[in-house]
Amino acid sequence: MGNEGGGKRTEFLDSDISQKRGSEPLRRTSDGRSSESAPGRRFDPIFKRPGLRPRRAELLVSLPTLLWLGLFIVVPTLLVFVIAFRPANPYGGIGGGWTLDTIRALGTPNYLTIAWRTLWISLLTTALCLVLAVPSGYTIARASRKWRNRLLMLVVVPFWTSFLVRVFAWKSLLHPEGMIKKALEALGLVGPETTLLYHPAAVVLVMVYTFLPFTILPIYAAAEKFDYRLLEAARDLGARPFQAFRKIFLPGVRRGILTALLVVFIPALGSYIIPDLVGGPGSEMLGNKIAQRVFTDRNLPHASALSAVLVLAVLAPLIAVLVLQRKNKKADIIMGEAP
Amino acid sequence: MNTEFLEFRGVSKRFGAVRAVDDVSLEIKKGEFFSLLGPSGCGKTTMLRLAAGFEEPDAGRVILDGRDITDLPPDKRKVNTIFQSYALFPHMTVRDNIAFGLAIAKRPKKDIRDEVDRMLALIRMAEQADKKPDLLSGGQKQRVAVARALINKPDVLLLDEPLAALDLKLRQKMLIELDLIHDEVGITFLYVTHDQAEAMSLSDRIAVMDGGRIEQVGAPAEIYESPRTSFVAAFIGDTNFLEGRVQDCPDREYCRLAIAGLPGILCFNDKSLQPGQPIYLSIRPEKVHISRERPEEEPQRNCLPAVIEDVIYLGANTKYWVRAGGYRIQVLRQHARYFLDERPLRWKDEAWIWWHADDGFMLDRFRKADEGLLAVPPRSVGEPLNGK
Repeated sequence: MGNEGGGKRTEFLDSDISQKRGSEPLRRTSDGRSSESAPGRRFDPIFKRPGLRPRRAELLVSLPTLLWLGLFIVVPTLLVFVIAFRPANPYGGIGGGWTLDTIRALGTPNYLTIAWRTLWISLLTTALCLVLAVPSGYTIARASRKWRNRLLMLVVVPFWTSFLVRVFAWKSLLHPEGMIKKALEALGLVGPETTLLYHPAAVVLVMVYTFLPFTILPIYAAAEKFDYRLLEAARDLGARPFQAFRKIFLPGVRRGILTALLVVFIPALGSYIIPDLVGGPGSEMLGNKIAQRVFTDRNLPHASALSAVLVLAVLAPLIAVLVLQRKNKKADIIMGEAP
Repeated sequence: MNTEFLEFRGVSKRFGAVRAVDDVSLEIKKGEFFSLLGPSGCGKTTMLRLAAGFEEPDAGRVILDGRDITDLPPDKRKVNTIFQSYALFPHMTVRDNIAFGLAIAKRPKKDIRDEVDRMLALIRMAEQADKKPDLLSGGQKQRVAVARALINKPDVLLLDEPLAALDLKLRQKMLIELDLIHDEVGITFLYVTHDQAEAMSLSDRIAVMDGGRIEQVGAPAEIYESPRTSFVAAFIGDTNFLEGRVQDCPDREYCRLAIAGLPGILCFNDKSLQPGQPIYLSIRPEKVHISRERPEEEPQRNCLPAVIEDVIYLGANTKYWVRAGGYRIQVLRQHARYFLDERPLRWKDEAWIWWHADDGFMLDRFRKADEGLLAVPPRSVGEPLNGK
């Protein structure tokens, strides 16, 4: 052999050369076509999950949280459900015995109207928020680093002011003597008799305003992780810009959209302050009714029955989404993506 | 078939102060496998994106099949791209990924199914049709990306370093597959790579790019055997550079060079250089012969005494670093293990190196920046660090 110069030195120069040359020259072989083996091994860790030990540890770690949640959320909620089946006493307390009268009273058209209104206002709010937040999230995620921070700041800035103050601000803006009303009047868009305030539309407007940041943030978070080369690929394959957006971007940020949906729809169902301040008698929601039963009528069982309905109404979509997500996740695990 | 098909006419593209592509004109023929080869940042990917429509040129036109496509958006161009990252749609199955282009074009469902089945057969992935891309290996993703692009029957297929993410063995396998696919579908391939081995083994022609400009266009052998510039010589393969000037031209074919320490080197004068002109002589390591005994004199043989400084065993051959007239020269040689009568060359041995005047080539430009491309180590191994 002619390389008695020593091993070490050979290594140094070798790496130098291989770096420059890149890959080895290629040779065609007849067996070169055989495909590489499928990555079947990746499944193993999921099925080989070790026994109960980590589970017990997990349980121990989450015990304080579970206790806290049980004591301050599950128990009170169950109490609310229980009280709904108790009669009211004339002093604003809870009487003895059990009754189904309160539940029956919920079936009256009056309540049904309010429940229906609560539902459509919440749905409309959620829909409007999503329609506004998806393009916003996309724009922020695609902005340059400098602008991205500025835009995010703008999204977060309203939180510096108390929620209540902001709703009051809207009240004065929409007031017959307020800026918006006067401006619209000057433009000839509304007559002097039109009222902007105390109308379901005002409730929806302020709700959208309030919940929009909560919708933009999760969608932005998803959009920021999205691989925008996929949009280029879609354009390359013949998709027009909007087609690429709809068929590739929206499915790509579906987790963010799902989160945003929950974050808006659930609090919207239970909103109380906004309809109370900017809505009139024609835009009362379930939250207002509950408050009225507690503070004005001093009828706790009635309030409890309404609350129970609301809790169930909130739980239903939540469970639906969780099941959906779990299904997705399961599919992802099967697809080999880390859980 | 020999007409230009995809044409860049005086195309320029800047990003801020950087001229990514600088007044490039290039003609690619129909059915050709054409490679753009160059180091990172040389503008090759920008060229590809200009062809795909992801970038608009600041100046110049892009012509496809006689039609000016410069102002067309990507979805209106009969051109498809295979991305370095594959860019498969993660929420769709392999089948839906491949069908995407046809589904967008609103082709009948049955047509789409048949076409996709045909493609799946071409890439031999019919069994993985219902998997999501996450479950595929790198090579499989690569093939899906190829099928997804080819199903649209593009006029030109653009490939952006499609093998960069694969390991060496898989890369070699995919290279052969790409070549087979090219033979099978017969469409024009524009292939971007920084890997000379890929470009050499696949291409009909190669354009070597640097600094937003094209240094040379030619068949792989042409580029390797007669590089037009020092950059090309240094970027493609290994070479030795010797600096000097033209001394005189004894006849029309050969020049005698004045190189400090190496008198009387002859070189084929392919560029009709005049005496006095400064040049770089480039000589490939595998063209230089080495032996212990002095070879016979021949009219066009350059023969120099040398001292072996390093011996590097490379498996298929051995590389010698020798010192001749103050220059470190690399010599590549097949092993001669079975010539038992010859003592192997060792460190510090004296030997002779020689090469034919036709094997060297003279280059007129060598920039400081090209030095990084040379495999010459800064010093001899074993010398003290601060010693010259």
